[in-house]
Amino acid sequence: MARMLSFKDAINEALDQEMARDESVIVMGEDVVGGTGSPGEDDAWGGVLGVTKGLYAKYGERMMDTPLSESAYVGAAIGAATCGMRPVAELMFVDFFGVCMDQIYNQAAKFRYMFGGKAETPVVIRCMVGAGFRAAAHHSQMLTSVFTHIPGLKVVLPSNAYDAKGLLIQAIRDNDPVIFCEHKMLYGTEADVPDEAYTIPFAEAAIAREGSDVTVVSLGAMVGKSLEAADALAKDGISCEVIDLRTTSPMDEDTVYESVEKTGRLVVVDESHPRCSIASDVSSLVAQNCFSSLKAKIEMVNAPHVPPPFAANLEDMFIPDAGKISEAVQAVAA
Amino acid sequence: MTEASIIAIKMPKWGLSMSEGKVGDWLVEVGKEINIGDEILEVETDKIASSVEATDGGVLRRQLGQFDEVLPVGGLLGVMADSSVSDGDIDAFIEEFQANFVPEESGEDGDAGNAYAKINIGGRDIRYVQQGDGEQNVVLIHGFGGDIDNWLFNLGDLSAKATVYALDLPGHGQSSKEVGDGSLETLAQCVVDFMDELDITKAHLVGHSMGGAIAQQIAIDHPDRVASLGLICSAGLGDEINQDYIDGFTHANSRREVKPHLQKLFADESLVTRQIIDDILKYKRLDGVEQALQTIGTAHFAGGKQQSVSADQTATLNIPVLAISGEADQIIPAAHTENAPQSIETKVIDGAGHMVQMEAAGEVNKMLIELIQRGSG
Repeated sequence: MARMLSFKDAINEALDQEMARDESVIVMGEDVVGGTGSPGEDDAWGGVLGVTKGLYAKYGERMMDTPLSESAYVGAAIGAATCGMRPVAELMFVDFFGVCMDQIYNQAAKFRYMFGGKAETPVVIRCMVGAGFRAAAHHSQMLTSVFTHIPGLKVVLPSNAYDAKGLLIQAIRDNDPVIFCEHKMLYGTEADVPDEAYTIPFAEAAIAREGSDVTVVSLGAMVGKSLEAADALAKDGISCEVIDLRTTSPMDEDTVYESVEKTGRLVVVDESHPRCSIASDVSSLVAQNCFSSLKAKIEMVNAPHVPPPFAANLEDMFIPDAGKISEAVQAVAA
Repeated sequence: MTEASIIAIKMPKWGLSMSEGKVGDWLVEVGKEINIGDEILEVETDKIASSVEATDGGVLRRQLGQFDEVLPVGGLLGVMADSSVSDGDIDAFIEEFQANFVPEESGEDGDAGNAYAKINIGGRDIRYVQQGDGEQNVVLIHGFGGDIDNWLFNLGDLSAKATVYALDLPGHGQSSKEVGDGSLETLAQCVVDFMDELDITKAHLVGHSMGGAIAQQIAIDHPDRVASLGLICSAGLGDEINQDYIDGFTHANSRREVKPHLQKLFADESLVTRQIIDDILKYKRLDGVEQALQTIGTAHFAGGKQQSVSADQTATLNIPVLAISGEADQIIPAAHTENAPQSIETKVIDGAGHMVQMEAAGEVNKMLIELIQRGSG
C-alpha cells in the first residue's frame, strides 16, 4: 500500500519518531514551536513553514523556541551534543550561517580531531536552501559546497520525501555533525513513504533513471528538473542516466564513475553558482578518475554568478531549468 | 468468422497495485503462430519487467501496443486470430473493443475485495491481500526475505478460481517486525492465527521456500485446516540450504552488496532490475528488519543446514501434495523436490531458478489450479 506523504510531513515524522525513540533528541530553533506562551499554544505554528508543527504538543520542553541569535543557539546545540544530547538545531535559512559559522566549522567540525577522539558531536543542523520562493538574495542561496569543503562535517541534500525521512533519521543517529539541507521548493512534493522508521546510508547516490548515452549528476531540486529533461531527450533518442547524489559529504563517487565509464559523457547540474560548486567538484573528480572514458568535454549547468534575484522574472532565469539541462546534454551528445 | 476466433491480447495485471504497463519489444512477428505459454511481448511496470505469456493459441494478426507506449491494465495490446479471419473483421473487433473499454479504477485503495489491508493479530500488524471470491480458499505464504509481491504473477490467475489470501509474515514486507523467537512453530502459528482471524476454516496452502516449510508444519499440526499443499522451491524437504545467501541477504546494506545475492534467485540474472534492488533495500532499511532476519535465519538455517525436515511426515498426509522446483535453483537444490517421497507429486521446471512461481508463472499457475481442484473434493 502506497502511503503518499509530503516532504515536509516526512521531515516532521522523522523528528517525531526519533524523539519518541530517544529522549536525548531535542529540537531547537527560531519559532520551531512558534508561539509558546501565546494564545493557541497547543496549535503553535511549528516553524516558519510549519515543518515542526504538532511536535511541541507531544514533546513539550524538548522543543525549544530560541532567541534570535544563531551563534547562541547553534553554539548551544553543539555544546549540548558534546555533553551527550542529540540536538537538532534549525538554522531557518542556510543563508544565515554567516553569524554562527565559527561554531559549526571551527568548533563542531573539529572537536573530534582536536580533542583526540574524546569529544563526539552528534548534532544535526537543519536548514532551508534554494531559490524559487521569491524570497530574495538572503533567503534563496544554495550553499552546500561551503559546508562540503570542511572536513568533519557531513552534508545531506535529499531530493524527495522518501529520502528526506530516511536521511534525517540517519543524520540524527549519526555521531558526527550533519548539515541537513531541505530545499524549500520541495516541501510540498510527495512520495511513497513507509510508516515505519528507516535509514538511508550516507555516501550512497540514487540512480533516479537508468540510461546509456549521457550521465547527468544532480542533487536536490535539480533532480526533478534533470528527470524532466531526460524525458524530453528520450523522445530525441538520447538516453540519460540521472544520478541523485543525496549526500555531498561523504559523497558516492563510485556510482558516478561507473556511470561515466558506461556513457563517456557527463553533465553536472547544481543550483549553486559555478565557482567552487558541487558541479565543479564532481567535474574535477571525474576528469581525474575517468579521463580515459570521456568522449566529450564535461558540461556544468549552474545558476549564474550573481546573488539570487528578487524580481520574479529574474529569479526564473536564475534557476537552472529542464531546458538548460537539455541543451547541455545535447552539447555533450553531439 | 465468429468473434470467438478473434482473441484480444490484453495488458495483464501483475499484482494489486499495477494500473498500467509500458510496452517493450514484441517477441513474435505479425503472421506468426503463437502457442499457449509462448512469450508474446515485453512489458515493464514500476515494480518489475517481464513478458506477457500467451494463454491461448493463434496467429498474431495485429501489434497495437507501440514500444514505450503506456497502456492501462486490460488495454488492448494486440490481436490473435486464425489466418482465415479477414482484416475487416479484425478491424471491427478492435473498434468494438476500444469503444467499450473502460480502464479499471486505481486498484490501490479500491474496492474491498481487492485491496491491501492490515489486521492486528496477537499484537502484531499483519499486511495481507484478499482477491477473488471463489468457493475454495487459498493462502499464499512467501519465503525468507520475501513478501506479498513474490506472488505478483500468480494472484491474478489463482483468484479467477478461488478466494486467494497472501500475507506478509512477521519481520517481512509491511507487517510488524517483531518476530518473537522467529521459529517455524512461531511463524506457523501466526499463519494459523491469521486464518482464524479471517474465518478461513480450511484452505489450500501454497508456500514458497521457507513458506513451504511453514505450510507443511501447519498441515502436520492442523490437518483438518488444510485441503492441499503446494510446495514451491520449498524448504523442509531436505537439509541443504545456501547459507551464504541467507547470511549475505540478511546483512547486505547497499546495492552493491545485495545485487549478487538477488541474482542467485533467478536462472536469468538480468531479471534483477534496479527497481527490484531498490525495493529490497527499502525493505531492508526499515528498523528491525535486519534483526528479524537474523533471528529467523538462525532459527531455520544454522551452519548451512535446514533445521527442520518434514518431508516424510508430509508424505503421510491424506491430502494432495505437489512440489515444484526450478532446475537451476541455487538456494535450495531442486533435488529436494526430485527426491521427495513417492506420494508427493513433483515437477522440476527447466530454465527456472528459485523464483519459479515468477519465472514460469503460467505453468506453475496451471499446476496449482489443478491441485486446488483435486483437493476440493
